Amino acid sequence: MATLEAPRIVTARIDYDDSYTMARFLATGGYEGLRKALTMFPEDVALEVDEASLLGRGGAGFPAGRKWSMLRRAPVSYLVVNGDESEPATFKDHLLLERDPNGIIEGIIISAYALQVSQVFFFVRGEFALGLERVQQAVNDAYEHGALGSKIFGSNFSLDIVVHPGAGAYICGDETALLEALEGKRGFPRIKPPFFPAVNGLYGEPTVVNNVETMANIPWIVLNGGEAFAALGAGRSKGTRLFALAGRVKNPGVFEVEMVKNTFRDLIYDPALGGGLLDGHTIKAFIPGGVSAPWFGPDMLDTPLGQDEVGEKGSMLGSGSVVVFDDTTCVVRASWRITKFFAKESCGQCTPCREGSGWIERIMYRMENGGGRMEDLELLLDLCDNIAPGGGWPPQQTTICPLGPSIPSSVTGAISMFRDEFIQHVHKGGCPFD
Amino acid sequence: MSHLRVDLRQRAEELVALYPRPRSAMLPLLHLAQEQDGYVSPEGIAEVAELTGTTTADVRGTAAFYDMFHLEPVGKYVVGVCTNIACLLAGGLELLDHASSTLGCAVGSTSDDGLFTLEETECLADCNFAPCVQVNHRFVRTTTPETFDALVSELRDGRRDHDIPTHGTLLRVRRAGGLHAPKNEIAQQREEAKVARDKRAEEKK
Repeated sequence: MATLEAPRIVTARIDYDDSYTMARFLATGGYEGLRKALTMFPEDVALEVDEASLLGRGGAGFPAGRKWSMLRRAPVSYLVVNGDESEPATFKDHLLLERDPNGIIEGIIISAYALQVSQVFFFVRGEFALGLERVQQAVNDAYEHGALGSKIFGSNFSLDIVVHPGAGAYICGDETALLEALEGKRGFPRIKPPFFPAVNGLYGEPTVVNNVETMANIPWIVLNGGEAFAALGAGRSKGTRLFALAGRVKNPGVFEVEMVKNTFRDLIYDPALGGGLLDGHTIKAFIPGGVSAPWFGPDMLDTPLGQDEVGEKGSMLGSGSVVVFDDTTCVVRASWRITKFFAKESCGQCTPCREGSGWIERIMYRMENGGGRMEDLELLLDLCDNIAPGGGWPPQQTTICPLGPSIPSSVTGAISMFRDEFIQHVHKGGCPFD
Repeated sequence: MSHLRVDLRQRAEELVALYPRPRSAMLPLLHLAQEQDGYVSPEGIAEVAELTGTTTADVRGTAAFYDMFHLEPVGKYVVGVCTNIACLLAGGLELLDHASSTLGCAVGSTSDDGLFTLEETECLADCNFAPCVQVNHRFVRTTTPETFDALVSELRDGRRDHDIPTHGTLLRVRRAGGLHAPKNEIAQQREEAKVARDKRAEEKK
């Protein structure tokens, strides 16, 4: 049974029909965190977040406090919030943007205060038309309420938030590509080093880039203290986290659960969460953290939902999206579609990614549609080895950004776990599931 | 004479003023130009170039990178059906096929009456309503062939125009308010805060 006693930190108000309005926000403790933060010294606010050991919720899981402290010596010019959620089957930020935009904005204002930034750019995925409307409305309401603009709530702190729409490019989820898009260019990830926007960010100035869910945690942390947050979860994975559950389950959706205390089995099978697989079906495999993550078989169901716990088993918690495959799922088709996604979204800067993704996709397509050859299996593995040599996890980096080396995980995973099914495709001259 | 309508031109200038460098307004400006013309037209490109201080080649090159910008005219309603992993498992490819026959156009093309353009999209982040469908970037949550067809007939009759505006995601996103304080006042605030903080750090030692 799942452990569900933990408080809901980022989804506390989303069940109300009008959760996105300023009236509901204020009636449910809105801006209390901000008011408290403004009575504290900025460095003490940062210290609370550091003590909370909040890991960034974007996918890489970098400690938010450490990201901030890298900038403690030099003044920060900009805070950029990444709301460009596009990892397949990840839909947690979408929920927050539409259901609790005010909560995100409060987190942003507090963070900007801790960092002493006066300009924030809030990058929202262009396809979220309603999300963009609600976020801009929340910003407008904040100005009217005195929570944004000159001398916030009478303090000596002023802040402006500009909502910036994306235009459809998965790669802009990479923080350096996002900064390029914000500068009005193609979303090409920047060459590293320097590794962090803290050194070379927007317009070449020190910049912090944080994810939407990370921001949504901040008001609670300030109100209840970093210690209270760190008391939830275990190991390096503190607090609660949003998990987006999709695929062949009864109740797909976004669930906020305490980290580590629950397992993938709890998430997928608990009646209060995923509710188990669709009637009459059994689990075949699942993706534990977005399509860039290596797949898990049913033997991994009891792995706790924690960053290191999943990492030790050779995959990652990534963006918090879990996709469940059942006995009707053709793994060749599933991994073909994932590769097709990467082939389409590759920005084209680096050869292994640009050429490799398309090549793999074409081989997978022909295998699924009856033109597969036995030697294709080795060819696929060889191609994957060229994109990320050695096949280990985390993958070897041959490209500017992590998109390229993410391509092999679904292919090598599918082949090593379900080689028979690939061979069946070749022998039958098509998909055995059709 | 500007190509953008007077109201959009004014919004465009407001957008440019929001950023430290004009080029940063590129994506929002392209959205505006697309909203007016239905696609990113050569005239729209020229105006965005003028507003951002770049060249038309720069603007076209940037616009071409992003999926949401159409460099050729498209239908009044751009219908996107997701077939990425979560939707694939829920029958996304089948729904895309069905959409193609209902709308009377192949994937990636526009129907003869100019009403619909059908696109196969990547994940739209609404996976609990798979397969996911968007019309002009509004989530319509029609997951079955039957509900999809019902939506299409509503669109044909213009009965959904209130919640699915033609084109554009910025149409209803209007900024009000802003940081109305002189730059030097902000700089002074930050300087004061920094001095106070250094002093506190000194005292702690």
